[in-house]
Amino acid sequence: MMGQQPIIQTIDVRKIYGMGEISVAALDGVSIIIEGGEFVAIMGPSGSGKSTLMNILGCLDRPTDGRYILDSLDVSEMDRVQLAHIRNNRIGFIFQSYNLLSRTSALKNVMVPLLYSRNNKRSAEERAVVAREVLEAVGLGNRLNHQPQELSGGEQQRVAIARALVNNPLLILADEPTGNLDTRSGDEIMELLHELHQNGRTIVMVTHDPEIAAHTQRTIHLRDGQIERVVQNGSGPTAKENQGVRHESH
Amino acid sequence: MNLTELLLLAWESISSSKMRSLLTMLGIIIGVASVIIMVSISSGTEASIEEQITGLGSNLVYVTTSFSRGGAREGMGMPSGGLVYEDAFAIAEEVNGVAAVVVEQSSSETVKAGNVILEGVTILGTTADFPSVRDMEIDEGRYFNQREVDRTQKVVVLGSALAEELFGDADPIGQTVTVDTTKLTVIGVFAERGMVSGVDFDSQLYIPISVVFQKFTPSQFARFIGDRVRVIYVEIESPEVMESVIQQISFLLAKRHDVSLEEADFNVTTQQDIIQTQEATTAAFRNLLAWVAGVSLIVGGIGIMNIMLVSVTERTREIGIRQSVGATPDDIRWQFLTEAVLLSLGGGFIGVLAGVSGSWIFGYVSDMRTVIVFSSILLAFTSAAVVGIFFGFYPANKAAQLDPIEALRHE
Ligand SMILES: Nc1ncnc2c1ncn2[C@@H]1O[C@H](COP(=O)(O)OP(=O)(O)O)[C@@H](O)[C@H]1O
Ligand SMILES: [Mg+2]
Repeated sequence: MMGQQPIIQTIDVRKIYGMGEISVAALDGVSIIIEGGEFVAIMGPSGSGKSTLMNILGCLDRPTDGRYILDSLDVSEMDRVQLAHIRNNRIGFIFQSYNLLSRTSALKNVMVPLLYSRNNKRSAEERAVVAREVLEAVGLGNRLNHQPQELSGGEQQRVAIARALVNNPLLILADEPTGNLDTRSGDEIMELLHELHQNGRTIVMVTHDPEIAAHTQRTIHLRDGQIERVVQNGSGPTAKENQGVRHESH
Repeated sequence: MNLTELLLLAWESISSSKMRSLLTMLGIIIGVASVIIMVSISSGTEASIEEQITGLGSNLVYVTTSFSRGGAREGMGMPSGGLVYEDAFAIAEEVNGVAAVVVEQSSSETVKAGNVILEGVTILGTTADFPSVRDMEIDEGRYFNQREVDRTQKVVVLGSALAEELFGDADPIGQTVTVDTTKLTVIGVFAERGMVSGVDFDSQLYIPISVVFQKFTPSQFARFIGDRVRVIYVEIESPEVMESVIQQISFLLAKRHDVSLEEADFNVTTQQDIIQTQEATTAAFRNLLAWVAGVSLIVGGIGIMNIMLVSVTERTREIGIRQSVGATPDDIRWQFLTEAVLLSLGGGFIGVLAGVSGSWIFGYVSDMRTVIVFSSILLAFTSAAVVGIFFGFYPANKAAQLDPIEALRHE
């Protein structure tokens, strides 16, 4: 894996909200490199731009300025349709608030990304089989037909993880995945993410909890839309030393 | 997404909120049902008019009094013009192409037979050719002849319903019926005929017109100008002579009444004229109904748009979630458009059921006739679909243009 093209490369990415006097730079020149197979945490005070960065990395949003290269593709130049395709088959996004479709079973929720898949057309039966396999893999084989409101927070987040995985994405992004959970469910979710990392997945996760961050390979600290510092955590298989982040100062 | 997936998705959404879906469809249901019901009513009306007209007898020319115009007699202090009994004889004798002439004059009187008393019965004074010209058939006995008319014989022929009312099961022939104070002998009973142009032929009483003149509508002027009549029916020999007969009658009567054609105190109309007038009336009626129905369909479409817009707002988060896992603007657009069309078609289908059964029930409980027209079902159903696409497009587009992040943040 190493020595190849990085999975994520952002070059001087900016995101400006508003115009003129009242404009806010949510991201103010962020350049990061994340290699395949890495598990990276992003930390920073509230309002420092973590979610903004994740949304751009997840192709939900486009930078005002700068470039974002995802797996050798310059996605900062792409239109809405192309971004939708990228979201569908390259990225699995996990939200703090799960974002499951209400009044829709776990199985149906996990099947949704398959419905919008272009390069892998499956029949409804095939979609159900695939979704079921992934739900079983996250330990929800016995909750297939439960609707979100019938599931605990931890279970809902696992459905969301299954949905993120179902199209076998290149990159998993998680914005405070344990933020709404109690310690025990949070730990279970973290275990699941570590397991995915062990299996070779590339994961970028926002967290407020230093202890959780410490269990990843690297922590990128944001402040006021800029990278404050990058810490190598040393646990687990380390990524290439000093690769991945250049400290930019403005 | 392919069509099956789209339909399935739309169906899931529609069936997950049944009440909202029903309310959305309501406008279309009402629109489609009203199109079908209204068309069925106007077609029913047309059909019964046609039936009545053919029931009037063929090749008839009607000569009626027109009171709106003055005549030469006005100055003499006499009633201003109008048809008189002698006009009928003049037509019969002087006009070429005439097969038969019948005169009618009516009056409303109290009728007694035994201890049965009926009030306000229509007494129709006619002449001998009446049954053949008006397509009436004698069931029992006979009709009176011209000799009896000329001699003012006190005989009477009964409508079938009237005979039943006056005599029940007993044989009315030879019995006496008292009209006002005049005693008449029953010589015949008509077969059942029913309503024709709003007149119930079965409940009338038919007597020689001379008796009506003498007993029921005596006029102090009769001695100068003759007895007045309401209408003269002229049966012509064949349709080809229609034009010529009308012209001859017009000239003859103008001369007899001493008026110019422009200020004639009579009207000559044909069955064709009556058909045309009635057809024009029903066409206007049908157009009006079509407009009302069309407007209600549009209102139904606006209802769909309204609820779809609300639905897009309500489901903003769902849209955001779908976008976040890879739905393109087109995917979202098609999802909402499919829903709108499916709702319209569903509404159209229910509307067709409601319209067909509504027409049927309406025809059953009212005395108006309804004829369900298949093309109106097709038309209403297609318009519902078109309305759904048209009014579903704007909300669907709105949904498609939502920004994923903002949509996800929506509560
Ligand atoms: N849609 C928006 N419009 C205006 N300002 C925004 C918007 N989204 C985020 N911001 C601002 O950008 C900054 C970073 O926000 P965010 O990335 O959500 O922070 P974090 O996730 O680190 O708490 C904040 O100051 C926030 O107010
Ligand atoms: Mg945040």
